[in-house]
Amino acid sequence: MAQRGRAQRQAYDGVVAAVPVTIPYQRYSPEPAHWWIARALGDLVGTAGITPQDIDGFCVSSFTLFPDTAVGLTQHLGLTPRWLDHIPMGGASGVVSLRRAARAVQCGDADMVACVSGDANHVDSFRRMLSSFSRFAQDASYPYGSGGPNASFALMTDQYMKTYGATREDFGKICVAQRDNALAFPHALMKKPLSLEQYVSARPISDPIALFDCVMPCAGAEAFLVMSEDAAKDLGLPAVRVLSTIERHNAFPDDPIQIRGGWEMDRDEFWAMAGIAPEDVDLLETYDDYPVISMMQFEDLGFCKKGEAVDFVRGHDLTNGGSFPHNTSGGQLSVGQAGAAGGYLGLVEALRQVTGAALGGQVKDAKTAVVSGFGMINYDRGLCSGAAALAGPGA
Amino acid sequence: MTEAIKRPRRKDPQKRTVLPTLPPTSRSRRALGFTAAAAEGRFVLQKCDDCEAVTYPPREACPKCLSMNLNWRDMPEGGQLIAETTIQTSTNVYFRERTPWRVGTIALDVGIPVLAHIHGDVVEGGRVRMIARTDKSGQGVLMALPEQETANMTDDKQLRELTCDPKIRRILITDGRTQLGQAMAQAVSSAGAATVFVGIAETWRPFKGADSLAAIPNVEVMALDVTDTVSVNELASEIGGKVDILINTAEHVRAGGAMDRDGIVTARDEMEVNYFGPLRLIQAFGPGMRFRGADGVNSACAWVNLLSVYALSNWPAYGSTSASQAAAYSLSQCLRGEFHGSGVKVLNALFGPLEEDWRQHLPPPKVTSEGLAKAVVAALQQGLEELTVGAVAEDFLTRWKQDPRVLERELTQPEGA
Repeated sequence: MAQRGRAQRQAYDGVVAAVPVTIPYQRYSPEPAHWWIARALGDLVGTAGITPQDIDGFCVSSFTLFPDTAVGLTQHLGLTPRWLDHIPMGGASGVVSLRRAARAVQCGDADMVACVSGDANHVDSFRRMLSSFSRFAQDASYPYGSGGPNASFALMTDQYMKTYGATREDFGKICVAQRDNALAFPHALMKKPLSLEQYVSARPISDPIALFDCVMPCAGAEAFLVMSEDAAKDLGLPAVRVLSTIERHNAFPDDPIQIRGGWEMDRDEFWAMAGIAPEDVDLLETYDDYPVISMMQFEDLGFCKKGEAVDFVRGHDLTNGGSFPHNTSGGQLSVGQAGAAGGYLGLVEALRQVTGAALGGQVKDAKTAVVSGFGMINYDRGLCSGAAALAGPGA
Repeated sequence: MTEAIKRPRRKDPQKRTVLPTLPPTSRSRRALGFTAAAAEGRFVLQKCDDCEAVTYPPREACPKCLSMNLNWRDMPEGGQLIAETTIQTSTNVYFRERTPWRVGTIALDVGIPVLAHIHGDVVEGGRVRMIARTDKSGQGVLMALPEQETANMTDDKQLRELTCDPKIRRILITDGRTQLGQAMAQAVSSAGAATVFVGIAETWRPFKGADSLAAIPNVEVMALDVTDTVSVNELASEIGGKVDILINTAEHVRAGGAMDRDGIVTARDEMEVNYFGPLRLIQAFGPGMRFRGADGVNSACAWVNLLSVYALSNWPAYGSTSASQAAAYSLSQCLRGEFHGSGVKVLNALFGPLEEDWRQHLPPPKVTSEGLAKAVVAALQQGLEELTVGAVAEDFLTRWKQDPRVLERELTQPEGA
């Protein structure tokens, strides 16, 4: 079959994201997902100075809503939206929710979309979630040691280290820089400094992965609003324009182990649509459930060549004051992974950074950010990838 | 290199017995095709009948051409370990108790990657030989073994979780009066069993082979009559806590169907031995074995039923015996359900006509007692749950799998069987 020529995609003109909301995370909480999502929605409404009735579009991501979906939440929370979406894409949820909502607003299907992600974390929820995560996981990965994502990423990390010569210290540099960023971020669950020595000598979890390569599952919520540029102006809200977005699922299915993500398929179009180049970006928020996947994002998004993330990491200071500010709130590695909210964390943080409203360390003169998402280890690899380029008022 | 396991010291009766826990049990219905083959020791994957693509994990449609014609096919065993991890912490209690646990990605020679348990002697990046077996939860799993045999290979901690190796275990053979029972005692003794308890009914009655049976290393002759509930219970109260593998060799076989017999005396004898016998044994020994499914390196691990292949479909020439064997076969399925959760496997060995007195007039090929005993021991060493022994039984099973209704028609015609 001949490849059909792809028309140039329409830009997201006149659409903005605003009102970054984080509900402070808790390691364990008896509250259900509904509680976390409700709180985030309440914060959105209160901060924006609107009423719940003004929300006519609602987009939800959560692993722990069962038996509800976004549908049940409308009645539960008293919303009457004319546009509703449920994005079950884990770490890619934030970017994908943004691009869905942006088109809805741009095309007039909704005027004010609330994008919310939140998850509960009860004492035994993580084990329960792993055992029923997907059919392939149930049939073909969970029975092999039940290591969960730790084991899946251990295999990817093992392969990556063998292929490109990355060392534990290279991964450690990413984690240590993020911890440094997190010390200034009030909502980070990790409050103590982390040294490279501590990183390297940490308790092994699933070789070559050790304790500080792993995120801490927790409860929490993240949210933002998508609306027209005019609406944001009327409400007096600092707003962020969407320059470009991509998403891709099940990329490179014939790679025996994941060594690259879907970004590689779409990055040329991503940068072309955004009208900027990697060197124009002031800060990068990668999906960081393990440092190896952040390295792959550096490469596959085009910040460096494939296989050169090792040198890239060695050559840069990744802290907020450094040459390449990365995961500026501390990322999931230091803030915590609140289920699907982990897929929103980088996006919500980027909205703050490019509007000069960081809760922690503000990246100086931050105007342009790239956020990328990665999610859903269905069997042996993450299936969903996405990215968004964002521009603050000063860009 | 794998360290040889040693027979543990005598168990301190005041110490708590470790309770069985399980690796994850849930599977999709489609995945049970893999499990059913693994129970026979076969490594199968789905193959597309339209585009030849091999696929895994189990799917409903071919990911290359969307054909619905995916069928389980035997696969070549070769592959290479391309990435590995040793899991040090797990959310599952079974694995948590057994870490460190090695898993890895194998690039199979058939061109797809699979996640598998990894034997300790597989070297980084090395060639492997894949096996599929049922694990303690009774579900099929893949394990990568070194391509070449290594020293003490079967003693690997992870492999031994999948097998029911008689080595250092204590075995009960329920009837040692027959050639089959004696061959079985010899075979498990040779395989390194720590103790071979051999049941003899009416011990005062002499029998052929008694002296050579007693001379087999580690054999202990015990009074046991499977048709007598008191006898079965007495033996269980004596040794029930230290039977790791039970092999039921007792059988009662008589030619003849239903209409050409007068009365039910013979049929009752058949049922007493072939059906009520295992039922008594299950009630007496089953609970103890179920409790000891994770009791160290010599945990209880297997229950072996020796069943005539005519348990699956009646052969009127031995119609009444076939019926009692069918009852025993059905009971074995119940037993498998009741053992679930304990880690004790039920091995059903289906065999064709045996070379012994009560089947003397049947034509060859027949199964010898020694051949059946060796096959059972090999199946235990491999951790199989389904075994078919002899050319007649293998042919029968092939026909039964193809279409049990057609087989039934073949068997009930005058030229049947």
